[in-house]
Amino acid sequence: MQSVIVQNIVKNYVSKKTSVEALKDISFSVEKGEIFGIIGPDGAGKTSLFRILTTLLLADSGNASVDGFDVVKDYKQIRNRVGYMPGKFSLYQDLSVQENLEFFATIFNTSIQQNYDLIKEIYQQIEPFKTRKAGQLSGGMKQKLALSCALIHKPSVLFLDEPTTGVDAVSRKEFWEMLHRLKLQGITILVSTPYMDEASLCDRVALIQKGEILSIDTPKGIAAGFKKPLWAMRANEMFHLMNAIKADDSVESCYPFGQYHHVVFKTQKDGRTKLEEIAMKGHYSNVEIKSIEPNIEDCFMALMRG
Amino acid sequence: MGKVIIAKDLTKRFGSFTAVDKISFEVEKGEIFGFLGANGAGKTTAMRMLCGLSLPSSGTATVAGFDVYKENELIKKNIGYMSQKFSLYEDLTISENIQFYGGIYGLTDERIEEKTKSLVKQLHLEGQEKTLVRALPLGWKQKLALSIAIVHDPAIVFLDEPTGGVDPVTRREFWSLIYEASERGITVFVTTHYMDEAEYCNRVSIMVDGRIDALDTPASLMRNYAAASMDEVFLHLARKAVRTE
Repeated sequence: MQSVIVQNIVKNYVSKKTSVEALKDISFSVEKGEIFGIIGPDGAGKTSLFRILTTLLLADSGNASVDGFDVVKDYKQIRNRVGYMPGKFSLYQDLSVQENLEFFATIFNTSIQQNYDLIKEIYQQIEPFKTRKAGQLSGGMKQKLALSCALIHKPSVLFLDEPTTGVDAVSRKEFWEMLHRLKLQGITILVSTPYMDEASLCDRVALIQKGEILSIDTPKGIAAGFKKPLWAMRANEMFHLMNAIKADDSVESCYPFGQYHHVVFKTQKDGRTKLEEIAMKGHYSNVEIKSIEPNIEDCFMALMRG
Repeated sequence: MGKVIIAKDLTKRFGSFTAVDKISFEVEKGEIFGFLGANGAGKTTAMRMLCGLSLPSSGTATVAGFDVYKENELIKKNIGYMSQKFSLYEDLTISENIQFYGGIYGLTDERIEEKTKSLVKQLHLEGQEKTLVRALPLGWKQKLALSIAIVHDPAIVFLDEPTGGVDPVTRREFWSLIYEASERGITVFVTTHYMDEAEYCNRVSIMVDGRIDALDTPASLMRNYAAASMDEVFLHLARKAVRTE
């Protein structure tokens, strides 16, 4: 069964001077119980899409349904069954941790006790601070409280808008572990992120850029769509090496990736020989050249080039 | 002068809480220095002391040759600063932003004019000098913000998570600008949550619970912790943290 169906959604923001095409004819669907990642940089349209699906914003054209309900006609039913964690912290800063949670439980006609099992693991980490005002929590604790509040009415679909932005690598890892446990409860999760490496933690992902979907697939499927051989190279002088590689006419792209540069050639000839030639000419030392599998960022950048 | 930062036992306490706990390190001229740590490890507090915005509780430090206790106004004049949150004035044009920051840092009108020309050329923004910064895509804003943060050729520039939310191509273009600044002799002090970016740094320090638990080149850190990437090194160290933000 499909939890979320999006068909030809278009959204433009028009003001006197400028007009921005936030979503240009977007279509996709998400299966029940799936973790679906919307991956793209700021300005890609992620938040507009989430606001349309959570019935907080009207699309200019197109249709969408969540849990079988239409986002325009059946907005009341949808609001009862989805959980939404906006990118910007939107709880009541002047209420305590417990008061915020009680407030959201009451709004949805339920109680903390009734669905405690669902939030227990997350909420227990902030329960020692339950009398503290939400505005005085640290970033990581705010994030946990916001997730608890989004879950307290046991939603069938959870929308998380950039939950890990600005969060350190350890906390990000823990957050994703929580999401995988929620998935086991049968909750469908739509999550947006600008961190490409998080794609591998999703069942399927949509890569999105400037209001357009570049590709929708499993993380493995996206990698398989990268057709050209990919080379990784390093040497002692990385910055000069990059300029030397880029200056060669046969090179389509060269991007730094940590300790290596990733290189794609225009035609499928022997890349290793060419890179060895560049290394010789520039007298680089400690040269290492290897053939590698593309990661999501390689794919995203290749798709951006069109 | 070979060392742009010399910190010795630098400490900051808020009441009974020790946010930064006796950190000691040195940063060389022209070095790209990665300053990593989990949320709440004390990075921001340490950076505020080094920028002359907050007085240490104890310990010593000099930045660009100036003392953090007595010469913090001189520090402010001789450093650049940029973060994702604070960068440019959205309702000013590109050239107005350059003029404004150039003026703040005391550049002459001739120098500002020169800088405007070279900066616009370097960023391929010719013909867009009169465009409002608001109308630029995020990636362009960030690149422009970095260039403006070093418009006065400071000894060191502090970059606080400069690439958050930026697309992967622009993120790499931004790092090219960082390399260029370092080639010009400007020291770069940078924080990031992207671990591949940590690998672009000459040296990296990792803060845990207010202390610097590791400081070395990325290659040595990976060797010492038998890790395949900086991500593994970071997870290994940051997991030891006792305090929760």
